[in-house]
Amino acid sequence: MSRLILLAPSLLQSHLLNLVVFSGLVSAVFATLLRDDTSSRLRFGLKAFSAFVLVTLVLGWVMRPFPS
Amino acid sequence: MKEDKGALANGRPVAASGTEAGVACLLAWLVPGAGHLYLGRRGKGLVFLAALCALFVLGVAMESRLQLHLGFDDPLALIVSVAQMALGAPYLLARSLGFSEGLVTAVTYEYGTTFTAVAGLLNILVMLDAFDTATGRKP
Repeated sequence: MSRLILLAPSLLQSHLLNLVVFSGLVSAVFATLLRDDTSSRLRFGLKAFSAFVLVTLVLGWVMRPFPS
Repeated sequence: MKEDKGALANGRPVAASGTEAGVACLLAWLVPGAGHLYLGRRGKGLVFLAALCALFVLGVAMESRLQLHLGFDDPLALIVSVAQMALGAPYLLARSLGFSEGLVTAVTYEYGTTFTAVAGLLNILVMLDAFDTATGRKP
């Protein structure tokens, strides 16, 4: 069990939640780095987040017949 | 409060001195976002601080191993180790608090290692952005 977050060990084991959190945080950093104004940062961040999540789900679906 | 060292003058970025660029890079390595805060870019600095620290803390909570592998016998371990060390103070603090071993049998071990390594790699980009901002290459 995680020693740092004892309250939510089951949440940390959710693949989908991990994907969403990781994508959100990385997209926020890239949007802040690569765009200069707030509206274009929001647009870029949403696009990057959607791309992360959708591509991962599609790849997961494509790899479904090959589990190991 | 520090003045905005990378401020725009007549629409052009003002370059800070080489020393200030070095200080910004060092601060950016030590604490994610601190380089931008030093340069007066409060919004960017706070986003980097929050996002990168969240990635790292979640990674450690998912039992990531904080590696210290500097040999070339295992190049992948070296890359992960360097990436994690790029996060500076949070990495050193977590190691000093005893979170360096991780738990390789944990379900979330691989996720945790990915979170901590990516946080460090993103901090390298943040350091370069702080340098570009300080030298006036970026507004």
